[in-house]
Amino acid sequence: MKKVASVLLSTLMAASLVACGTSTSSGTPSAAPAATEAPAAAATEAPTAEPAAAATEEGKVLNIYCWNEEFKSRLEDHFPGYEKVDATSGKIGDVTVKFTITPSTDNAYQNKLDEVLPANASAAADDKVDIFLVEADYALKYTGASPAVALDVKGDLGLTDADLANQYQYTKDVVTADGILRGTSWQGCPGVLIYNREAAKEVFGSDDPETVQAKVKDWATFNATAAEVNAKGYLMTSTVNDAYRVYSNNVTSKWVENGKINIDPNIMKWVEDSKALVDAGYTTTAELWSDDWNKGFYPEGKVFCYFGPAWLINFSMKSDDAASIAAKGGWGAVEGPQGFNWGGTWICGAQGSDNPTLVAEIMKQLTCNESVMADIVKKDSDFVNNKPAMEAAAKDDSYAFAVLGGQNPLAMFTAGADKISMSNITIYDQGCTEEFQKAMKNYFDGNATLDESLDLFYKGVEEKYPELTH
Amino acid sequence: MSDKKYKHQTGSKVVSYNKWGVIFLIPFMVVWLIFQFIPLVTTIYNSFFENYRSGLSQIGPNFIGLQNYVTIITNGDLINYSKNTMIMWIIGFIPQIFFSLLLAAWFTDPSLRLKGQRFFKTVIYLPNLIMASAFSMLFFTLFADSGPINSILVNMGVISQPFKFMSNVTAVRCLVGFMNFIMWFGNTTILLMAGMMGIDQSLFEAAEVDGATATEVFWKITLPILRPILIYVLITSLIGGLQMFDVPQILTNGTGDPTRTSMTLIMYLNKHLYSKNFGMGGALSVFLFIITGVLSLIVFRISYAGEVK
Amino acid sequence: MSTNNGTSKGMNIHVRRFIAYAVLGILSFLCLIWFYILFINATRSNSELGRGFTILPGGYLLTNWNNLIHGTLPIMSGMLNSIIIAGLSAGLCVYFSCMTAYAIHAYNFKGKKAIFTFILMIMMIPTQVTVLGFISFMGKLGLMDSFVPLIVPSIAAPVVFFYMKQYMDSNLPLSLLEAARIDGSGEFSTFNRIVIPLMKPAIAVEAIFTFVSSWNNYFTPALIISSDNKKTLPILIAQLRSADWLKFDMGQVYVMIAFSIFPVIVVYLVLSKYIVGGVTAGGVKE
Repeated sequence: MKKVASVLLSTLMAASLVACGTSTSSGTPSAAPAATEAPAAAATEAPTAEPAAAATEEGKVLNIYCWNEEFKSRLEDHFPGYEKVDATSGKIGDVTVKFTITPSTDNAYQNKLDEVLPANASAAADDKVDIFLVEADYALKYTGASPAVALDVKGDLGLTDADLANQYQYTKDVVTADGILRGTSWQGCPGVLIYNREAAKEVFGSDDPETVQAKVKDWATFNATAAEVNAKGYLMTSTVNDAYRVYSNNVTSKWVENGKINIDPNIMKWVEDSKALVDAGYTTTAELWSDDWNKGFYPEGKVFCYFGPAWLINFSMKSDDAASIAAKGGWGAVEGPQGFNWGGTWICGAQGSDNPTLVAEIMKQLTCNESVMADIVKKDSDFVNNKPAMEAAAKDDSYAFAVLGGQNPLAMFTAGADKISMSNITIYDQGCTEEFQKAMKNYFDGNATLDESLDLFYKGVEEKYPELTH
Repeated sequence: MSDKKYKHQTGSKVVSYNKWGVIFLIPFMVVWLIFQFIPLVTTIYNSFFENYRSGLSQIGPNFIGLQNYVTIITNGDLINYSKNTMIMWIIGFIPQIFFSLLLAAWFTDPSLRLKGQRFFKTVIYLPNLIMASAFSMLFFTLFADSGPINSILVNMGVISQPFKFMSNVTAVRCLVGFMNFIMWFGNTTILLMAGMMGIDQSLFEAAEVDGATATEVFWKITLPILRPILIYVLITSLIGGLQMFDVPQILTNGTGDPTRTSMTLIMYLNKHLYSKNFGMGGALSVFLFIITGVLSLIVFRISYAGEVK
Repeated sequence: MSTNNGTSKGMNIHVRRFIAYAVLGILSFLCLIWFYILFINATRSNSELGRGFTILPGGYLLTNWNNLIHGTLPIMSGMLNSIIIAGLSAGLCVYFSCMTAYAIHAYNFKGKKAIFTFILMIMMIPTQVTVLGFISFMGKLGLMDSFVPLIVPSIAAPVVFFYMKQYMDSNLPLSLLEAARIDGSGEFSTFNRIVIPLMKPAIAVEAIFTFVSSWNNYFTPALIISSDNKKTLPILIAQLRSADWLKFDMGQVYVMIAFSIFPVIVVYLVLSKYIVGGVTAGGVKE
């Protein structure tokens, strides 16, 4: 009779015993126990450590908030003197480096930042955030002036204009508000048009970059070419969203002007051009990263071109799969109709950090030191935010991309990076971009008129940002 | 009726025993007060304020009376999303209750003597073990424009062009309903079966000896005994339906598209969580509470109609 | 159902049995196919997955698994955390729900009806509704990044209470408790020694449901937990899915999903014996 209850209870007890066992006694599995003990020990030490810390003046723990492991591996591989301790921590000298990784799914990462950053000054010494990372789409939210949660790179951290001279201007624009720079990046992500060489031969009789560039040199030509490409059974782009960034990076006004939602003419041009392409069957409304979007990475997907930066070419086009176009080096790169930027991660020092010297040192090494950055190009195929390093690589044939059949597109990228302007970004960009693409899909698919779709867009944005009107 | 019997038998000892009823309620009440009541009061209190985050700055709280409620009613969203939610719930619930009752009837039908019952009974609940998000992810891939369902249909000649499931109102709603059905019919069947554990098998045997048909056994014996459990199933499924969230959320990538026709009430609430809009979120929660309460009350009234307690 | 019932009288038993097997066969297929797809996908590489489905497994199962466990995610502690949280939640939930239901079912006291109605009313409050208040209050109590807010609230589960109450209505005769009292059994020990065993099928059912929903819960743990060594499996899956483009690997995601479903299946199969094995609640028969 008592079996269920007793079985259940004993299972639970066993489970909790196992739990206690691993977390206290044995120290081997995955080093998780070590991590449990570390903060506890640190917490008890904190009060006594306070006077001692006064001598060295800086904190014992460098807390880094991020949403994935990209920056961690950059730090592990390229920061001089960094020792890896376990999966989410390391040491620089006697300072413990602790990574707190929160996935960006469902806005969880930003929620985390929103919670900890405003209270950072009053947090316990070892819990203070020292570095946090941001993406371009929402960078301004954290690098704005009021409330300021990121440290002034020059004023607070002491980096000089000379240190930053080799960085591309747009990477500074992204994290500059009211003339103050509040972050730096080791990456640049200028993009190009990536075309299918087979298709180019079939349609234009040549896969020569100059021939192709002439066919996509501006949007009017690009759209006319779409019909030509389609006549041979190819889609011009995999989806309308491929070209979105190219249009949206070349706007002349902001998403929000004086508290009112504003749609730039170039964005409306994207809508108009895209609708025509979709209606003619030259492209689709699939989402980026979906299987419908991916299919053009293979010959049978029959997609003429994609837009993307270096990382897309090297890592996302399935070059590890023998059947893909990339594996055969079947892609080519040209500048395309307009320059654009896609991606990038910025390093920000947090207000209230107790390790400003170390934060400044990390920024200097990873985003200003030419030899470290040249190493990053070699090891990680990043397009780094350092003009001399990239210009040297652009002239070096050993940097040719296998995916592009031996073409070295870096010169094109460096030219693009100089032209990108990111001065029209706002803190609302992420929400506006997402809502706009989602709302317009309804229009492209024929489920709503343009006005209805625009209403959906306004509704979506106003839900996210209740202070806005249209 | 059991209460009457109880009172009659216990007589004067009632008081001394009955204090235990109160004691047994304490853990529930204490935990509820701390973990649910206080957050609930905060939620309702917040609904009268303008209170949200804009970027990193906090707007409010400023007392604005019923303004949030007025906004929700006047922009028509509440009605739309309630309608969507109910439609998708019904699409899933009808096959769910139909098959659950059918299976429950078959499993208890002595004349049918189904073999492999154990296997079937075990299998039907399995889909519920998959995370709703993983399940939606699979469906999204299966029904993509270039996904396997489309290629099968094209190859069989049913359609000539791939069908855009995700751009069709009916298709999206039916997919959501279908997923809910697959995930929950096993749960319902198990609930019904557990309810039937208590039914004396000899009742069925006696009925069979008396020459009752399977239909008669089902309506005259099984169903009446299952009644409390059925009411439970109906109400919890209704409440669960009104709380429908992760399946449509992940299937439509949070948009509720096409044109928000598959957006449920909780997905709408979730939109306000983005800006930590305690004011609008709170007001919407109060509406949700009222809607759920009214619907459940109706179900209760209908189910208990005529029964004197 | 109506067609079946309407014609069953004249219908041959073999025909009815055939229909039953056919329907059960189709339903079983619809229930199992997902596991097959998950398994197949777990054996394929990221690139292969991008190219759609196949019927036959690929050769990447071990590679995916090795990548997963040698990656930086604390998979094993995630599993342990999930087991602790879901196990304790399920245990506390069914025990205390039984207790609450028993209080209402077996005793008469002032305000009993009001409390019953009250619990039914709070059952209708969607859990997501109070989440904002919940998080901020947990912050004030200093319970952020702790298991307590994920486990203890399951003690007050109106839905489970309601089921237990309904089950008691049809399956727990009060005369039995009367007999226990006459034998001199205390109220608390009657509950533990007589009522709990009688509730076995209901407890097994709700234990599974609570375990599974706690196991698959992403929403609340993602808001409460931040330390790596306290993360549960659904959080780790989300983390894997939002990995940077360099490390993004659907093969690993599917292996991880398969890995996290495995324990639930075990728990389900163990507990399902009490439900589907035809355990008749013997003690109920008078």
